[in-house]
Amino acid sequence: MTQEITRAIIDGILVGGVYALMAVGLTLIFGVLDIINIAQGVLVILGAYLSYSLSTKAHIDLFVGLLITVPAMFVIGVVIHWAFIRRLRGTERTSMTLLVTYAVALIIEGILYKVYGADNVSLNASYTTSSLHVFGFYLPWIFIYGFILAVVLVLAIYALLYRTRFGRSVRATMQDETAARLVGIDVNRVAALTFGIGVAVTAVGGMLYGATNSFNPNSGYDLISRLLAIIILGGLGSVGGALAAAVFMITLESVVTIWQPTWAVAVFYAALVLVLLIRPTGFFGRKAVRAQ
Amino acid sequence: MRSNLPWFSKNAIIISAIALSVGALAACTSSSSSSTSTPTSASPKSSGSAASSAPINIGASLSLHGDFSADGANFEQGYKLWAADVNAHGGINGRQVKLTILDDNSDPNQAVTNYTTLINTDHVDLTFGPFSSKLTTPASAVAARAGYAFIEGAGGAPTVFNTPSNQSAHNVFDVSLPIADEMVPFVNYIASLPASQRPKTAAYPMADDPFADPPVQLAQQKLSALGVKTVYSKVFPAESTQYTTQAGLVAAQHPDLVVLGSTDVPTVQAFIKAFAQQHYTPKMFIAAAGPDQGAAFTKAVGAGNATGMMVPNGWYPSVAIPASQAMVAEYVKQYGGTPSAVGADVAEAYSVGEVAAQAITATGGVDNAKIIAWLHSGQTLNTVQGTVKFDSLGQNGNADAFIFQWQDNGKNFVQVLPQGAAGTVAILATKPAWSS
Repeated sequence: MTQEITRAIIDGILVGGVYALMAVGLTLIFGVLDIINIAQGVLVILGAYLSYSLSTKAHIDLFVGLLITVPAMFVIGVVIHWAFIRRLRGTERTSMTLLVTYAVALIIEGILYKVYGADNVSLNASYTTSSLHVFGFYLPWIFIYGFILAVVLVLAIYALLYRTRFGRSVRATMQDETAARLVGIDVNRVAALTFGIGVAVTAVGGMLYGATNSFNPNSGYDLISRLLAIIILGGLGSVGGALAAAVFMITLESVVTIWQPTWAVAVFYAALVLVLLIRPTGFFGRKAVRAQ
Repeated sequence: MRSNLPWFSKNAIIISAIALSVGALAACTSSSSSSTSTPTSASPKSSGSAASSAPINIGASLSLHGDFSADGANFEQGYKLWAADVNAHGGINGRQVKLTILDDNSDPNQAVTNYTTLINTDHVDLTFGPFSSKLTTPASAVAARAGYAFIEGAGGAPTVFNTPSNQSAHNVFDVSLPIADEMVPFVNYIASLPASQRPKTAAYPMADDPFADPPVQLAQQKLSALGVKTVYSKVFPAESTQYTTQAGLVAAQHPDLVVLGSTDVPTVQAFIKAFAQQHYTPKMFIAAAGPDQGAAFTKAVGAGNATGMMVPNGWYPSVAIPASQAMVAEYVKQYGGTPSAVGADVAEAYSVGEVAAQAITATGGVDNAKIIAWLHSGQTLNTVQGTVKFDSLGQNGNADAFIFQWQDNGKNFVQVLPQGAAGTVAILATKPAWSS
């Protein structure tokens, strides 16, 4: 039993890294723009399909392909913001973005169905099925790489937010948009770039999701509720919180799976409710994030 | 009362509600569902005499999006292929066939709404079934209330036939193999092996689904009686997005045999990938669904990994039935690909049309009451899947259970059980290791 629990915890930590990569963009976008990006799940799948095309058509390695898909997704994010998000104003903006981003999700899903069809595909490379053998456990390389990438990306985004001039603009916008405008920050530009960065990061999560699961254009809808739960638990707007929450939630789910797999999903959401009852701001609440 | 909740908390509550709602919705749409109370006022079409020249309007709801979208797309192809063939040959009783297909997004509630619309608003002449037992069960109740026959090809779970509506109206007709006994040929094969060659241990991971569980549970019961020790038997949520832990727990036990209660390709693919990561290859691996999906399966798992994978079914592309061979050729001509890549869904859908056509021809129209009575009259019908004969609850009593296997590095999908049956080739008794 000890071995099973250890295995479940290891699985949870490693798989949690993949979920963190999918959730980081969502929390970043919410933190800056107050946007609940319902399209995040579909954007993950879009990232997976871009990697799929590069891998199968151009035979580019999945990780090398990120050098193309990340900038491509950044451009897509900026375009989505320019075309759909920036026009939304007023008190109903947050709720309106729910509808708008849902529409964006439907549009992207429709395009993916047209281009790729409904069949499931997956990303394959030697490291997607090979493992590292440590202390009697096989640790899949793809999850190890994914977890390392998650930590590196969280640190990179942290550095971007707290060590650069752009980051100061972003944090100023997070704290008070009106005040940020008054001190000369181009809030629209910050918003567009942040949305672009949030979507760009999703390309990494998409590649890793596609390398660990098969997917079709519809797969994103299975993800979005989990990703929302993760960013709430981590603290809306907290990039590090997304990583901590993803690891916590997936580990909890994995451990429950040992005894009763059918309860695992319920426990995932029950944990969210329980933590919010005790700590309404999540692990790293936004107030704290903004005050840093 | 003025709320003292901080800004964050208010938003967290809103988004939590959204997350929980979406999650709950996903769970609901993935779980077995009884039909909602949807009163229907329409009477089934009883005109449609042979003299009428108006097109026969047939309605169906299919999962063109959502979890079953790959199967739904194959079903749509099968229905359309049949309609095109019929129309190219002058229609049925001189009447062309018109299909009205609505998308249910793999949601049982939407399927109920769609059939209500098809019957009450579109006034279709006949209804064809959706994909999966999960959707067929509630949808068939809508048809029953309106007096419609419900001919379907992908609802073989016991829950489909045992509903109060079907036990009363007897309107469900499944042209395919009833699923409960579909793994029996595999169990018989194990029983035929010398004790020293039988698998010693087996694992039975099952998706929480009315289609996936019954055949696996029966197989477990029978194999246990044969002395095959169960080392893992658990049901996991059908809506799960990651199977790493479940597959890891199975792999840790190193069972000789894995009987996977899967509903689709992604589930099988996830287990295959996780097994490969754990350096574990079962000697035998049979899945309730997934490997029967032709190119959709090999594309997802890789042709090499498909080799040795088994699946129960009633049809395969090279089956020696002339009508089936003609359908496969027509399919390849219209949609491309190779014959072995044609999924069983296509044949199941096509068979639904064939049964309907024979009933319309025999009864001289689209009077649903007459069609129901005729289909229950002990007729033996011909389809691309073989002969069909319905019992009192609409199960196809003539369907033979076969086990199919991918061989030749994923190039050929062949019938391997029952041994000695027409068309059976030698089984690949030990599954080769996963390819990287």
